[in-house]
Amino acid sequence: MKSLPERFSWRVYVLFAAALTAAMLLCICVGSVSIPLGNTLTALWHTLWKMEVPAGISKNIILNVRLPRVINVALIGASLSLCGAAMQGLLRNPLADGSTLGVSSGASLGAVISLAFGVSIPGVEYGGTILMAMGFAFLSLILILSLAYALDRSMSTNSIILIGVIFSMFTSSAMNLIITFAGDHAKTIAFWTMGSLSGTGFHHAAILSSALLICGGVILRYARELNAFAIGEDNARHIGVNVRQVKLIILIMVSVLIGVCVSIGGTISFVGLVMPHMTRMIVGPNHKRLLVSSMFSGAIFLLLADLAARTLLSPIELSIGVVTSLVGAIAFVVIFYRTRKAR
Amino acid sequence: MLNVKNVTVRYGEHTIVDNLSFRLHEGQWLMLAGPNGAGKSTLIETISQGVPYTGTIELHGRDIRRYRPNQLARKIGVLAQKNSVGYAYTVEEVVGLGRYAHTPGFLSSRSDGGKDLVEKALELTGLEPLRHSSVLTLSGGELQRTFLAQVFAQDPEILILDEPANHLDLVYQKHIFSLIHEWLRQPGRAVLSVVHDLSLAKRYGTHAVLKNRGKCAAQGAIEDVLTPEHLSGVYDMDVYAWMREMLNQWK
Repeated sequence: MKSLPERFSWRVYVLFAAALTAAMLLCICVGSVSIPLGNTLTALWHTLWKMEVPAGISKNIILNVRLPRVINVALIGASLSLCGAAMQGLLRNPLADGSTLGVSSGASLGAVISLAFGVSIPGVEYGGTILMAMGFAFLSLILILSLAYALDRSMSTNSIILIGVIFSMFTSSAMNLIITFAGDHAKTIAFWTMGSLSGTGFHHAAILSSALLICGGVILRYARELNAFAIGEDNARHIGVNVRQVKLIILIMVSVLIGVCVSIGGTISFVGLVMPHMTRMIVGPNHKRLLVSSMFSGAIFLLLADLAARTLLSPIELSIGVVTSLVGAIAFVVIFYRTRKAR
Repeated sequence: MLNVKNVTVRYGEHTIVDNLSFRLHEGQWLMLAGPNGAGKSTLIETISQGVPYTGTIELHGRDIRRYRPNQLARKIGVLAQKNSVGYAYTVEEVVGLGRYAHTPGFLSSRSDGGKDLVEKALELTGLEPLRHSSVLTLSGGELQRTFLAQVFAQDPEILILDEPANHLDLVYQKHIFSLIHEWLRQPGRAVLSVVHDLSLAKRYGTHAVLKNRGKCAAQGAIEDVLTPEHLSGVYDMDVYAWMREMLNQWK
């Protein structure tokens, strides 16, 4: 049986890039107000070259409402999928994703506390929420790694997963407790925890792209080591990988990236779990190809999910997390069933 | 080359390796033998720095703990007892990772002759026809050969093999052991392997360490260690009589 990587070529990247561009344009054009593709392209072209956008084109909707949202959605989709692919390789577990570590639960707890108690930064919309989420994500990481180290000096994968799951349960209970006493804030908190990217702007895109550039860059640098981990942690040590150091670096990068994503978009599940799975079927398990391809596929999936959330029950806007969970859960069951049946 | 001095490994209150000392010199094939639970695999994991221990292990006179992981992997190649892969990597990809210690980083260099070594390892282990196959489709023996090829591609000075005959049929047992024997004939090389098959140990080993419940029961030249007295004491049975009985079936 010939495996998938043999058939891989750079054309796959080109196809992914074309699909991503098409999805982004589609998401800008379709919505409560439909905008012709020509108008969208004209507005983008003129703005890119700092020319006056011709009259009659909905410049405000294209450039100030949909474009930043679309960029943020794509960046979050790419980040979550990249983290999922990295965690599935690192932990050698196809059921892992960025949330396995428990850091996203920690970030959610920080955000919920800020929403319930009205923590804010003057002049920055949701600034308090973002800051609290990032802070709690970082504190969660320190707590989880410290507990894992105290439990098992070698910081084995099983210890980390166990501590992560227990920590997630704890934060979930704490969040429910806060929501119970949150009064008027309960609805805002509930909507935020389901994930939403409405109202996000270019300043969010700047934070997200910086985080993706730095953390994503480091994760991509460790693609070979992730291959070694995906084959087996002992094997990785035998071939000369500095197992503890690489594991720590990847976990920190994933945590920071997840923390930033959760702080801006709320809890968006299944992207990091399902998209690396589907991408692996196309490009194979080699992380040199899988990581970049997963970023593309995650971005495309989340763009389409966001489009569905905006348009399916228009004028009511669903939270993006509801759509990703519904589609992701079904997709996951289908993949799991097919994979098992093929064995 | 390798000097193991007073090494002790404990899991909680259990002592798995108890104050063990031995040396491995150039050109030697040291067989580590003993019944189940004697701590043979733990000792191998200890040398590859996978288990905390007390005592000292020196490689070329330098404490092994002072080597960086990639430096150590350039000197010592380890074949584990159990190997499994969770994802559909190709045989070539798994074997190619053996070059990691020589070319760490995102881009694996092709200028160090690594590609030739990978090709040679695939050829020696008879895996050329399977190079593009997914490891998930391999039999136990083919998978064992894949990881052995990875160790060959790693090009170390010392091979440490935990049950290399695992999952191998008789043809490949003979082939792989002869291959390791050939590999050992080149200068600056040594082999340490765990074996349960005492006939294989006697046929290919130059030296042996016989372990029992974590302790060293006997060590030295193979003919001095694998004697009826030593084996009967360690295995609590008449090993020679049992082996004769097995062989007599074929007469």
